Amino acid sequence: MEYTILILLLPLLSFLTLGLGGKWMSHRTAGLIGTTSLGAVTVLSWLTAGLYFTAPRLADGTFETLIPYNFRWLPFTETLSIDMGILLDPISVMMLVVISTVSLMVHIYSMGYMKGERGFQRYYAFLSLFTMSMLGLVVATNIFQMYLFWELVGVSSYLLIGFYYTKPEAVAASKKAFIVTRFADLGFLIGILVYGYYTGTYGFFGEGAELTGMAVKMVPLALGLMFIGGAGKSAMFPLHIWLPDAMEGPTPVSALIHASTMVVAGVYLVARMFPLFIGYAPDVLHMVAYVGLITAFYAASVACVQSDIKRVLAFSTISQIGFMMVALGVCTTSDPHHGGLGYMASMFHLFTHAMFKALLFLGAGSIIHAVHSNEMSAMGGLRKYMPITHWTFLIACLAIAGIPPFSGFFSKDEILAACFQFSPVVGWAMTIIAGMTAFYMFRLYFGIFWGTENKELHAHHTPHESPLSMSFPLMFLAVVTCVAGFIPFGHFTSSNGTAYDIHLDWTVAGTSIAVAVVAILLATYIYKGEKQPVADAMQHRFKGLWTAAYHRFYLDEVYQYVTHKIIFRCICRPIAWFDRHVVDGTFDFLAWSANAAGDSIRTLQSGRIQQYVFVFLLGTLALILLLLV
Amino acid sequence: MIHMEYYLIMSAIMFFAGIYGFFTRRSTLTILISIELILNATDINFAVFNRFLFPDSMEGYFFALFSIAISAAETAVAIAIMINIYRNIQSIQVNKLDDLKW
Repeated sequence: MEYTILILLLPLLSFLTLGLGGKWMSHRTAGLIGTTSLGAVTVLSWLTAGLYFTAPRLADGTFETLIPYNFRWLPFTETLSIDMGILLDPISVMMLVVISTVSLMVHIYSMGYMKGERGFQRYYAFLSLFTMSMLGLVVATNIFQMYLFWELVGVSSYLLIGFYYTKPEAVAASKKAFIVTRFADLGFLIGILVYGYYTGTYGFFGEGAELTGMAVKMVPLALGLMFIGGAGKSAMFPLHIWLPDAMEGPTPVSALIHASTMVVAGVYLVARMFPLFIGYAPDVLHMVAYVGLITAFYAASVACVQSDIKRVLAFSTISQIGFMMVALGVCTTSDPHHGGLGYMASMFHLFTHAMFKALLFLGAGSIIHAVHSNEMSAMGGLRKYMPITHWTFLIACLAIAGIPPFSGFFSKDEILAACFQFSPVVGWAMTIIAGMTAFYMFRLYFGIFWGTENKELHAHHTPHESPLSMSFPLMFLAVVTCVAGFIPFGHFTSSNGTAYDIHLDWTVAGTSIAVAVVAILLATYIYKGEKQPVADAMQHRFKGLWTAAYHRFYLDEVYQYVTHKIIFRCICRPIAWFDRHVVDGTFDFLAWSANAAGDSIRTLQSGRIQQYVFVFLLGTLALILLLLV
Repeated sequence: MIHMEYYLIMSAIMFFAGIYGFFTRRSTLTILISIELILNATDINFAVFNRFLFPDSMEGYFFALFSIAISAAETAVAIAIMINIYRNIQSIQVNKLDDLKW
C-alpha cells in the first residue's frame, strides 16, 4: 500500500503547479490539471478501498490496520513525538473514497460553474490544497498530525469562502469562519496537550490499550476539549454561526467543504477517538449526543423559514451533522449488536449524506447559475426549464427525507434504531427532527421547482439547463444516492471492526417512513400551489416565532453583543489602555530622556568658530598657568 | 638706541589686539586682518630677538621673511574661501557660518 502517499502528493503537486504557475496558464489548462490529478487520486482511493476491503480479515474478524508510512518528525522525549504518516483502517479508507469522489465531482462541476470567473486558476489551486489537507487529516497516524491538517483545512476553507474577495460579505464571512473555528481549535489544542501529557503519546489508542494512573482521570477532560474543536469544525450549536455565512463562497465550494467533507471532520474526530470515549469517558460521549440533538433540532427549525436556498441547505447540513453526532453519542458499548450500533450508523450516514448533500448543493449551484439569485422568490416553476437538475434534486430530497430505497433512508434508519436502543426519548426526538427535515427539504423543493413562476425575471432571461460538465456530476451523484443504501456498510465499518449485518427494524423504519411521508404531504399541501394561503396565514399567526427563526433565534446578535459590547469594551479596552499608556509610556520616557540628555550637551558643538577658538584659548591659558605654577 | 623692551611691548600690544579682534569681530575679513596682526607681532619678535640677542646670526630675519611669505599665501587662500562663502550664504559674517554643525 506504499502508493497511498501519492494520494497526498498529487493534490499537493497540483496545488503548487497551479498556485505558482497558474498566472501563465489558460483557464482550460488549469482546470484540466486540477481535475486530472484529482481523477488520479480518486482512482487510487477506490483502488485502495478495493484492495483493503477484499484483503482477508484477521483472526478476530477485524480488518488489519495498516501504516505504510510513519516518519518521526518532532521527537520531544523518548516516547512522545509528533509523527507524520499514513494510517489505513476502515474509517480512513471510507473517508478517502468519500473525499476524493466528491472532490472529483466538484472539480468537474466547477469547470462549468466557474467558467470565465476571474481567478479561475487560483480557485483550482485552493481546491487542490483543500483536498490534500482533508485527505491528510483522515489518514493521520496520530492526533497531532490530524491537528496540523485540521488547521490546513481551516485555512483552505477560509481562502475559498473569501474567494470573491471584492465582496465585503464574503470577506466578513471568511473571517468569521476562520475566527470561530480557530477559537474552537484552541480547545482542541489544549485537549491534545492534556492527552499527550497524561498518556505519554499522541497516537490513537486502539482496542485493548490500557490507561493507568492520572491518565484515566484526565482523558475524559482531554476528550471533552477535543470535542470543542470538533464542534467548531462541524458547526455544532452554539459554534455553528460561521457555517450559514460560509455560503458566500462559490457554490461548488459549499458542496465540497461545507456540506460533505470538512464539516464532518468533527464527526470523524469523535469516531477516531471512539475506543477512548467508550472505554474511559462514556459521559462525555453522551454529552456529545445531547449537543448533537440540540443542534439537529435548532438547525432544522431555522431551516424551515429561510428564504436563501443555500442557507436552507446550510442549516440542513448542520442538522444532519447533528444526527451523526447523536448516533456516535448514543453508543454505550463497542459491540455493534449491543449498544454500539450508532458508530456504524454515524459512519454510514456520513457516507450517504456526503453524496446526497453534495448533490443538493451542486443542484442549487445549477439553479443559481440559471437564475442568478440565491433567493427563492426568484425561482418557482423551474422544473420545465431544468429537467436534469429537477430530477436529481428530487432524488436527493427523497434521500435526505428518508424515503426508501434512497440511501438516506437506510443510514437514517440505523441512526434512529441506535437512538431508540439508547433511550426512547432521544429516539422520538430524532424521529420528529427527521420529519422536520423532510418538511423543510420539500418546502425548498416546491419553492424552487413548483409554485409561482417569477415571470417578470424569467421574461428577459429564460432559465436553461446547465452544460454537461455540470449535469454529469449531478447524474453521477444521483445514481450513487440511489444505490448507496444497499452497500453492506456494516461489513466494512463497525464499532469493533467485526462484520455486522444491517437489518431493518421495521417498527423504527415504519414510523420514520410514516413521519417523513406525512411531513412531505404537509409540505406539498402548503407549498405546492401557485398561491400559498396556508403558509402566509401561518406566518402571520406565529409572527414572533417566524421572525425569530428567520433571524436564527438571534444567536448571531448575541455573539455580536458578547464580543463587541462585553469582551471588546470590558476586557480589550482596558488592556489597550494599559498597553498604550503604561507599556508605551515607559519606553516613551526612555526615548524622551535620551533625547533630553542629547539636547543638553548639544551646545558644546555650536558650530561657531569663534566659540571654539575661545575655548581653545582658555585651555591654552590654563595649560600655561599649570606649567608656570 | 631704543631698548628691546619697547619693541616687545609694542609686539605684545599688537598680538593681543589681534587676539581681541579675532574673538570680537564678526566679519571674516576683519578676522583675517586680526590674524595678520598676530603674525606681524611674531615677525617683529623674531627680528627683535635676532637683532638684540644673537647679532651674529641671520636665522631670525630669515624666519620672519618666511613667515611673511607664508602669511601672504595664506591670505590668498583665505580670501578665496571667503569669496566662496559669500557665494554660498550671501554673507561673510562669521556668526552666520554655522552650517558645519547641522
